[in-house]
Amino acid sequence: MRIAVLMKQTFDTAAIISLDANGQIERQGVNLIINPYDEFAVEEALRLKEKHGGEVTVISAGAPETQDAMLQALAMGADKAILVTDDNMAGSDEYAAALVLSKVLGGLEFDLLLAGWRAVDDGSAQVAVRVAELLGLPQVNVVTSLTIEDAKAVATRDIEGGSEVVEVPLPALITAQKGLNEPRYPTMRGIMQAKKKPFQKLSLSELGLDAAQIAPKVKAISYFLPAPRAACKLVPGEAPEAARELCRILRETAKII
Amino acid sequence: MAKGIWIFAEHRDGKIKKVTLELLSAGRKLAKETGEEVSALLFGKGVSGLASTLAEYGADKVYLADDDMLAQYTTDAYSKALSDLIMEKEPSLLLIGCTVLGRDLAARVAQKVKTCLMSDCTGVELSGGQLVFVRPVYAGKAFVKAVCPELKPVMATVRPNVLIADEPRAGRGAEVVNVAVYLEKTDLRQVIKEVVMQISTRPELTEANIIVSGGRGMKGPENYKILEELADVLGAAVGASRAAVDSGWIPQSFQVGQTGKTVSPALYIACGISGSTMHLAGMSSSKCIVAINKDPEADIFKVADYGIVGDLFEVVPLLTEECKKLLAS
Repeated sequence: MRIAVLMKQTFDTAAIISLDANGQIERQGVNLIINPYDEFAVEEALRLKEKHGGEVTVISAGAPETQDAMLQALAMGADKAILVTDDNMAGSDEYAAALVLSKVLGGLEFDLLLAGWRAVDDGSAQVAVRVAELLGLPQVNVVTSLTIEDAKAVATRDIEGGSEVVEVPLPALITAQKGLNEPRYPTMRGIMQAKKKPFQKLSLSELGLDAAQIAPKVKAISYFLPAPRAACKLVPGEAPEAARELCRILRETAKII
Repeated sequence: MAKGIWIFAEHRDGKIKKVTLELLSAGRKLAKETGEEVSALLFGKGVSGLASTLAEYGADKVYLADDDMLAQYTTDAYSKALSDLIMEKEPSLLLIGCTVLGRDLAARVAQKVKTCLMSDCTGVELSGGQLVFVRPVYAGKAFVKAVCPELKPVMATVRPNVLIADEPRAGRGAEVVNVAVYLEKTDLRQVIKEVVMQISTRPELTEANIIVSGGRGMKGPENYKILEELADVLGAAVGASRAAVDSGWIPQSFQVGQTGKTVSPALYIACGISGSTMHLAGMSSSKCIVAINKDPEADIFKVADYGIVGDLFEVVPLLTEECKKLLAS
């Protein structure tokens, strides 16, 4: 089975976010990681390969340093990496990212497309779905369990208040939710092997795209940080008094209960 | 020429979701400034009875697509029916609740009609004649204001609980327009084999007005009972931090945080939660935060409005009793 996995490099989830002198998100000094949801997608691809045989290709569009995250995916066991990196892509939106990734996938043969259901940086949860639409693939989003048989995917997905089991014909897009699996750590052997695996870097022009085609439609006007919260008011007293006083505050001051 | 503000009406168990009512109110406010009409999109099977609720909350028009193939939500059916309607009527704005369903639908539709989509917005305003959207990035550790000036319709998903639904106007009517649905069985590739709902009398986490949440300090799965008791007195949902979920004490669907759910309740009661950056990212937009923790140095006290430094096993049951008394009086 040929499996393609879309991945993105993001800020470490523990990163403290600040703004630089130009009011943009400060990127200096922030650790970069594989988007945690994409890590579930990579792991799932590896498990499916172990079960059914085949090949796993990881694909990303991003800055040159994205290669570090992709090397980690190769070290986990992915077979090939394709990174689209181009100065013209800076500031691109979901529409543009999806166009770029769909061009890469259009040149590949695959049976299954996996991705994280959202990235923890922009949280927009659009790119993989847009790619699926561009390629005419069915999708199952926010998946916590997946089996592949007879050219079909059977996936359990989160819905509000429960879950549902959905079947779709392959090729299809499946997006990973936490709970799907526990991603493995790369082994030392894996890390050594990763450096020898095929790693293709592409520019926009090599994909037949130009800067105008990926010009962002969504324009950021400004970034801001959440307003600092007022200092915490500690409710004094032993537990019984404190509980009574808190209850009174929630009723009379905060007017919530 | 203005072509209208559209609100996708999400419903479950024969009831319109709260986030839809919030969006109708937001739509009305925008309509006042733009002079546009507010339309609700009601999709499903046998759902025409819900049109009156949509009218009372502010819809001038209800586009009703009542069809066997829309009885259950599937991406293919709903995204095709909705994008067909958009291409026919060309609205200027489409708002959808940022729910599991809304996210799944909105991104697919946005690509079908080749427009932009602002995900998970916490604010929509008209400024200098253009629509400005506020949305969190890095799980709420920062926000961006963004516009999409070139494409129509502008689409956005809006987070539940961040906008306020106005009181309904009893007797307010709306024109109901039946929408033809052009769906063939072959259009639908998703087959729903099974739906499993957790039986719970508590509200859904992302929609709850009050959340009682527990972390590592809960020490074990059996202790969640004391949070459930408080939650039931307050009509609240129960949540958890990643530490509690990773320890296997409570299912992942309860997790609040950067790799869990993002919530914005009126009141968030954090019990035995230290307040890691990842957890704070998911709940710091709560309007009022109460922290109960033994450790006075815990980071949760940096974001809390009110705090009790104490043993949650002692404090929470007392709080439950006090709330019970207060609510009974």
